[in-house]
This record gives sequence, structure tokens and C-alpha cells, in this order.
Amino acid sequence: MPQEASQREAYGRTLVELGRSSPDIVVLDADLCKSTMTGMFAAEFPGRAFDVGIAEQNMVGVAAGMAASGKVPFASTFAVFLPGRCFDQVRMAVAQPRLNVKLVVTHGGISVGEDGPSHQAIEDLSLACSLPGFTVIAPADAVETVQAVKAAAAQTGPFYIRLGRPKLPVVCPEDYQFKVGKAALMRRGNDATIIASGIMVAGALEAADLLAKENIGCRVLNMATLKPIDESAVISAAEETGAIVTAEEHLEHGGLGSIVARVLVKNLPVPMELISMDDRYGQSGKPAELLQRYGLTAKDIAQAVRTVIKRKH
Amino acid sequence: MPSSDTSKSASAGIVKAGAFSSADKSGSPSLEEMKELARHLRRHIVTIIGKAGSGHPGGSLSAVEILSTLYFKVMCHNPAEPRWPDRDRFILSKGHAAPALYAVLAECGYFPIAELETLRKIDSRLQGHADRNATPGVEMSAGSLGQGLSFGIGVALAGRLSAKDYHVYVMLGDGECDEGQVWEAAMAAAHYKLDSITAIVDNNGLQIDGCNCDVMNLEPLPEKWRAFDWHVIETDGHDFTQLLNAFTAAKKIKGQPSVIIAHTIKGKGVSFMENNVDFHGKAPTAAEVEKALKELA
Ligand SMILES: Cc1ncc(C[n+]2csc(CCOP(=O)(O)OP(=O)(O)O)c2C)c(N)n1
Ligand SMILES: [Mg+2]
Repeated sequence: MPQEASQREAYGRTLVELGRSSPDIVVLDADLCKSTMTGMFAAEFPGRAFDVGIAEQNMVGVAAGMAASGKVPFASTFAVFLPGRCFDQVRMAVAQPRLNVKLVVTHGGISVGEDGPSHQAIEDLSLACSLPGFTVIAPADAVETVQAVKAAAAQTGPFYIRLGRPKLPVVCPEDYQFKVGKAALMRRGNDATIIASGIMVAGALEAADLLAKENIGCRVLNMATLKPIDESAVISAAEETGAIVTAEEHLEHGGLGSIVARVLVKNLPVPMELISMDDRYGQSGKPAELLQRYGLTAKDIAQAVRTVIKRKH
Repeated sequence: MPSSDTSKSASAGIVKAGAFSSADKSGSPSLEEMKELARHLRRHIVTIIGKAGSGHPGGSLSAVEILSTLYFKVMCHNPAEPRWPDRDRFILSKGHAAPALYAVLAECGYFPIAELETLRKIDSRLQGHADRNATPGVEMSAGSLGQGLSFGIGVALAGRLSAKDYHVYVMLGDGECDEGQVWEAAMAAAHYKLDSITAIVDNNGLQIDGCNCDVMNLEPLPEKWRAFDWHVIETDGHDFTQLLNAFTAAKKIKGQPSVIIAHTIKGKGVSFMENNVDFHGKAPTAAEVEKALKELA
């Protein structure tokens, strides 16, 4: 079993590190700074942390004003509330004026678990990706989270970064180098490609292991950046492996699968299967139980690969 | 039980839980019985959140007297027919206090008490936050704060259009009042002169990141509601007599909505949870459950 680490803890720690070298970094919260772990920043830089209370729309507007005045605001809450609760504020105050606001949300997907459907963000990536000018990232683990947060701080423009609640297996190697907009090749193979993001990257690797026993060679791409999508990685995968499976902890509509399908349709259509939450809401339960119930396990991914390979001929 | 309003269906008395058979044959529980009920509800809350391993004890425990007064003394409702069109409505806007609502609904007979132990488990009817489609008796899904009062206005306006005389109760958290939508709704309810709405603010003084005063100051809260043209009643949210008086007074106010600002203690009834922000959204361990149940024995 790979070692596990918390993306939220990685985020909080990275914010503190960034805060030490960049005095312009400020942090905004909406009464969830313990859960998002931005409280670590607030503890070291109380003067640069603003908890606006349970008022996400206000938080986004305040962040926009700070960005327009030379600060680099990181605004955080749960993925269900941002962008969902304040989509118009994000659209008008951040996306259209292209302000340098970093929206980093936690508790993405159904692996939120027992809190239930009200707290399981499965539409957020679709909403975030719909916004022109936004960069949207769903890191696979804590290692990638650190680098994605640093990349967002280093690059001007609006970012949406989605993190998970539970600790996740560390899948990125120590020498990993995250690049915005670039897929990371996690496994070589030529029979099919699994393109995954977030928590599903670990499942994709496990699926590739299962399939290797059947002499099926799977390429695995970690597509952490959903927008802008790495078109060339998708097209090469289609050319070289002839079949694609996407895997995401999100609705089918508007997430990774939809985005990859769009690239394929425009360039090189090949058989494709989509592993996702499909078109339904979740429920309360343990994260592992829910992933199983909604077909988001390594087994499900492996089965989709077998199916897609049959469709190649 | 509850209402003597004869215009409502005779079948609309609530079914009382066996554990609280009334000495008073009118069917309405006595003060002593209500205190006993509150103790049982708290035992349920602590036990089921402990079993679930996650959940929100603090804001559930603070709401016990308010909820039990509503369901056992004030509202006209029928557990055998949860969607009875003439029922009074209760909307839990602070959806994380679902365990308190579930405990009350079970004690009323909406579903078996044994089912409480399925809280937050896969395939349970008792979701982590209030869920309209999952649980008999739950009026509205919640969990994203700030939305219940708007829904309540819709329910009240529809009642007015249909010439129904049901009353609409909406419970909000004090932290929840940070949300702009609460004040959009406050303005609208007064504008439409919705005297069929009574809002209750569970004024326990705490939210997640600390006390309201440190996170986002709410005070002067009564004056804010008054400025929005609401009739404001302040009461001790753990005193059954005061609560019942407040609900009775609120219903008598005509031409404007009423809000009961109920002064409560977050975590009430369990010493180590009282006024302890750490128990906002943390389940007690098995040992803590045991300790809590001893205090609630
Ligand atoms: C829109 C929204 N933002 C944030 C949260 C996370 N959250 C859950 S409970 C809570 C604090 C609520 O405080 P309060 O309303 O005072 O409730 P109580 O003290 O009665 O538990 C927060 C911020 C949420 N559920 N909904
Ligand atoms: Mg409170």
C-alpha cells in the first residue's frame, strides 16, 4: 500500500510557506478554516487572513477587490459552496475581469462520505471549467497539491483547485514536476489509455496493475489540469493506444470525460468509456462504500478498459 | 395533540411515543414529561452520532427544547401522513442539526426509533443532513446554510394562495444568519406581511471557527430583525414554559412575521460539549458517549 497524505494539510502548509516569501498573499475563509486547513496560515499571519463568516458570495467579492488592488487572495471553502453557492460572483467578479483570484476548495467528490449529498461536490468542476479564462486543477495527491498551489501563486489569473477530504495515496514520485496544462504520464502502455484526475488516479494505477496480469498494457495519464486541457497528450493517446477510458469523481456532464471527448471528436475519434458519477446524486456512507456503490473503483475502471478494447475492432 | 383547531382533520393528532405515555389524559405531555422527553432526545443524539462516527452534536443538542416544543406542544401534524396538506410545517434550515430532528420525528412516530441507529450509513433514510426525499417528516433538504427561510416564504405564500391556515416554522442557526440570503428572505417575508411564518434563531453564540462575535459579529441581532420589520421575541431556548409562551405569542401577531431569538447553549446537557466549539462537527468517541449518557441518565 502506498503511503497516504492529506491534500488539505498540504494546502495549508504550502500557504504558510508562500506567505513567508510573498507578503501579498492573503487568505479568505467562510467559517471553515479548520476544515480547509487555511487556519494554519491564519495562525502565522493573522493580519492577512480574513474569515468573512458563513458568506461565500461576500468572500468571492472581497477576494476580487483585493486582487484588483495588488493582493494575491486565496479563498477557500467546501467545493459544494464554491463555485456553486456563488457562481455569479465568480463569473462577474473574477472570471470576466480576469482577476488574480485563487479559489482552492476542499471536500470535492463523493469521498466526502457521511455528510451526504448536500456536501458531495460533483458538479463543481463542470461549473469551474465553464468559465472562460479559468485554470482548473484537480490534483491527484498531496505532492501534486503542493506544486499546483505554488503554480497558481506564481501565475497571474484565476485558478480553481479542487482537493479531497480523506487522506489519499501518494501516487506522484518524489521527483515529480507538475506543469499547469500538462498531463503526467504515470504508466506506459499501448493497448488503451486511462485518463484520470484527482482521487481516481490511484484507482487508475491499480486498474492498470490488474490489467497487466491479463497482458493488457494500459497507459495511465494523470490529467490534473482540466482546463486548459492537454490536447496533445489526449491526441497521442488516441493515436498510439486507440482507446480511452476517463475516470473522475464527478458527474459525467462537463467534467474530465466530457472534456476529453470534445478533444477526441475534434481531432481523432476513438472508442471511449467514461467512469464517473453519471447523472445522479450520492448519499451518506463511508467513502470506500460510496466509491464502490457508484462504480468508481479500480475494478470498474479495469472493466471499462476491457470493454473499450473490444470496441477497437 | 397539540392544536385544538377543529377546522383541521381530526386524525391529525400526533402519535406519542410509548416511552412518554401521559398522565394527563388530554394527550398533551406535561412539563415533567417534556423534560423527560428532552433527556431521551439528547441520549438519542449523542448515541447515534457516536455510532455514526461523524456528525454535529453541538447544534443538535442546543435545539432539543425548541424542536420538542414544536412537535409535541405547538404544531398540528400527523406522523401517519407526513405530507398531510393541512399540516403545520417545520423547516430545518440549519440542516446539520438533522440528528435532533430525526430523534424528534422518531419519538413522534414518523419512523421506528430503532432506525435512528442507521444515521449516516449507506442506504439509510437518515442522511447526514436533512433530506426531503429520504426521510418521512422532513420538509426540505438542507445542509447548505441560509436557504430555509426563502423556502418557508414559498410555503407560506402558497398556503395563502390556497386559503390554508397552516403555520410555517423555520429554524436557523445564529452563524447561519451571516448568509445574505437570510436577509433577502427576511425582507421579503415582512414585505409580504407573512404572519404565518415564525422563524427561530438557535442563538447558541457559536459557529465553526469560533464564537459569532469573533468570526462575524451579528449583534445587535434583535435590532436587525426589528429593522427588517419582524416582530421579535427573545426567550430562553431551553425553558419549555418560555418557549411555549413565545410560540403562542408569535402566532397571535398579525400583519408581520415573527422571529423567536432563542438563547441556547451549544452542546446543552453534556458538560464537556457545552459551549465547546470543538463539538460543533465532531462525533464523541465511545468513551465520551458513555460519559455523556451517564450525565443524561
Ligand atoms: C453555505 C454553507 N457554508 C458553510 C457551511 C459549513 N457549516 C456547517 S455548520 C456551520 C456553522 C453553523 O453555525 P450556526 O448556524 O451557528 O449553527 P449551530 O451553532 O446551531 O450549529 C458551517 C459554517 C454550510 N453548511 N453551508
Ligand atoms: Mg450557532
